[in-house]
Amino acid sequence: MFDSLLQDPSLVVLGAVLLAALSGVPGLLLRPGESGQKLASLLAVAASALALPALISLLVAGKTSRYVFNWGLPFGPTELSFDPLSLLFLIPIFLVFPLGSLYALGYWPNASRPSTGPSLTFFYGLLSASMALVVLAHSGPLLLMAWEVMALSGFFLLLPEHESAEVRGAATVYLVASHVGVAGLFVLFSELRMVTGSFLFPETGSLALAGGAATVVFLAALVGFGSKAGLMPLHIWLPAAHANAPSHVSALLSGVMLKMGIYGLLRVLSFFGERPLWWGGTILVLGLVSALLGIAIAAVQKDFKRLLAYSSIENLGLIAAGIGMALIGQETGNPRLAYLGLAGALFHLLNHSLFKPLLFFCAGSVLHATGTRDLDLMGGLGKRLPRTALLSLVGAVAICGLPPFNGFASEFLLYLGFLGEARAPLPYLGLGVPVLALVGGVAAISFVKLYGITFLGAPRSEAAAHGHEAPAAMLFPMAVLGVLCLLGGLCPVLFLTLVQPVLATVVPQAAGFAGLPYSLLWFAAAGGVLLVLALGLSWLLRRRQQVLPAETGPTWGCGYLAPTPRMEYTGSSFGLLFGSFSSGVVRTRTSTRAPRGLVPGAARAGYLPEETLLERLILPALGLVGIAFRYLRRVQHGEVHLYIIYIFITLLALMLWVR
Amino acid sequence: MTALADQLLVLCLLLNFAVLGTSRLAFSVRAVALQGVVLGVLPALVHPFSWHLVAIVAGIILVKGAAIPILIVRAILKADIQREFEPFIGYIPSLVLGAIFTALAFIFASRLPLAPEHEGLLFVPASLATLMCGFLVLMGRRKAISQVIGYLLMENGIFIFGLLLAEAMPVMVEAGALLDLLVGVFVMGIVINHISREFSSLDTSRLSTLREE
Repeated sequence: MFDSLLQDPSLVVLGAVLLAALSGVPGLLLRPGESGQKLASLLAVAASALALPALISLLVAGKTSRYVFNWGLPFGPTELSFDPLSLLFLIPIFLVFPLGSLYALGYWPNASRPSTGPSLTFFYGLLSASMALVVLAHSGPLLLMAWEVMALSGFFLLLPEHESAEVRGAATVYLVASHVGVAGLFVLFSELRMVTGSFLFPETGSLALAGGAATVVFLAALVGFGSKAGLMPLHIWLPAAHANAPSHVSALLSGVMLKMGIYGLLRVLSFFGERPLWWGGTILVLGLVSALLGIAIAAVQKDFKRLLAYSSIENLGLIAAGIGMALIGQETGNPRLAYLGLAGALFHLLNHSLFKPLLFFCAGSVLHATGTRDLDLMGGLGKRLPRTALLSLVGAVAICGLPPFNGFASEFLLYLGFLGEARAPLPYLGLGVPVLALVGGVAAISFVKLYGITFLGAPRSEAAAHGHEAPAAMLFPMAVLGVLCLLGGLCPVLFLTLVQPVLATVVPQAAGFAGLPYSLLWFAAAGGVLLVLALGLSWLLRRRQQVLPAETGPTWGCGYLAPTPRMEYTGSSFGLLFGSFSSGVVRTRTSTRAPRGLVPGAARAGYLPEETLLERLILPALGLVGIAFRYLRRVQHGEVHLYIIYIFITLLALMLWVR
Repeated sequence: MTALADQLLVLCLLLNFAVLGTSRLAFSVRAVALQGVVLGVLPALVHPFSWHLVAIVAGIILVKGAAIPILIVRAILKADIQREFEPFIGYIPSLVLGAIFTALAFIFASRLPLAPEHEGLLFVPASLATLMCGFLVLMGRRKAISQVIGYLLMENGIFIFGLLLAEAMPVMVEAGALLDLLVGVFVMGIVINHISREFSSLDTSRLSTLREE
């Protein structure tokens, strides 16, 4: 009995999901202290050690298994399905979750945070398990339930520092936005239920709907899942939420939870045998717009984690653009375009779930060291946190899409699609190339700023001057992710093998088209050469330094005698030039107090990027709604007697109505 | 026997007015207790004899006529309140409204799609009228104890309707209704206790300070 259980990898995966869900429970029951958290991390690592081999073996074998349950609820039977699309999305969950748990041992130890630690550990496990269930669910109600658990665990994970009004605001916006998204999903699954007659998902490629119903399904999915994926303009909840959560939570939210939106979109698209061309076009344009605006807004941020959050919008935009490209390829009968789009998108998705958690972990250890997220207060951390600095560099280079890391390999596929396939029926595809190039360029600006301002130069504040390296529990997960980033850049074939079985689920044409115009070995060769060159160069420089001992002294201050670190370029001043170019899309609020009078007092200049959409459009609109509802609030006055009158009047009205 | 039942129901309606028109809490409680006793006797008149029925009648009379009134009288003594001053709806307007609602109840009852064997009986209008009078007491009075009395009136109204529906009343149904009532009074008792402790008064209109701003 037990043997046969172990031989079925999908049951092993289910066991791992259960293990993940329960990982935080002992911590709630045990006395507060390290033991519960350590046990939770152990369980998390065990869960992923069970799940990952099973997942990869199932995925490579291309097997599909399904389990139908009669759960006795009024929605009919439900189904869990292990098909390639689900399996691929389980990989990031079981990768980031154990690493985040380990990281929490150093970053959010129960010993120093006894009031929030246990609940954070519990919801961390619950969030991971519910995401796994979202991916495995093959019926509307089950997916919605898991989705709700996911959204609520995310909400509780955002709240540990609820003393701060900013955190509470971010959590509220997150909760509202995520429920607005769920409303879209309700429409989606009700519509599907009406069309197919069952809450079970239709078979892949089996759905053929008349125009109206198909449009409703598509738009509902785009709103419901797109808001979770942070596609513009549904991204408003994302930056504040990811910036204010504890860093290992941000890593999970950004590295994995955003992908649930992409998963949902792909799942719904996979139902359809034929998709109108405008669907692909819409997703493509939305994706490119998100990518461009996301990174443009990221470039002017001065908050370490907010910058990362906006760059998530950019990356998810790129993924969406790839999906749109694949759909266009499918509908115009261009298998190569379909392949490049979808493989690029899924590859980039895996990559993003490696380098974004890595960068959030780095942000966490910088925060741990300095106690601030404000770039303008950092500087010189490279000397104090050398390992974090190195790993941040890896993450930054990877996320900019530069060789030899994995971001390059996946963006390369997208470039190939835009550039190589902009032919007869669709010459406009070529317009994607400059957008992509611009995105890459601005990403480079953003991350040069992020890395340079944080780790180079001289410390701009007392806190930065006394920074200390993160403990091993935090560095180890970062190192694992860094190595995987390098691996993805040198051997993209490893990741593409995982992606290959999924292609048939969404875009059947792409599956038949295996292989690229170039051998993937070139990635390894070029990346290897680059690495060897870089290592050689650094070795040479160090050697020279040893041979010719250099004198060190203060930087030449152009004759100025009393330079201070405050005279350095700050993150804001670095971003100002680009900010002036992009002032059309990103507003910044500057506040200055200019020196006045013959004996001027202290002068200051402040600079704050705005959440334009949220602060200028949505909050005022909600304010109007609030004014409208103020009249309704008069009905709620606390007079019990009048409440009884309401009941009575309703009763009378009903009695009158009956006749 | 229906003639006698109808007369008892008319007595119930009159007792409603007694509750509506008095400011003395002890009198209201006695009126409601009497109404409970009358209602307890009613099943014996409309249903054929059985020991089961005897048990039900005894139980209802005990609970509605004795146990609950004693509880409330104790609360009145404890809180040291004899009268309801300054109700939201005065006594004369209460009586007028009660008369209007009773008339309305008769009109509604005549329009309701009832089973033929129930038409022409006083049960339905009496039930509706008692229910609405209960509402009126709930709406019009300030003291938490008066609210309990209003709640009891409403319960009585529902009970009259139940008499009509259940040919031979299963013990469980009536036990359930009584349990509801007991829990209701219990909760109200707790509420009364807390209101008087927190606000040093039993005036429910002061509860409005509890609403969120």
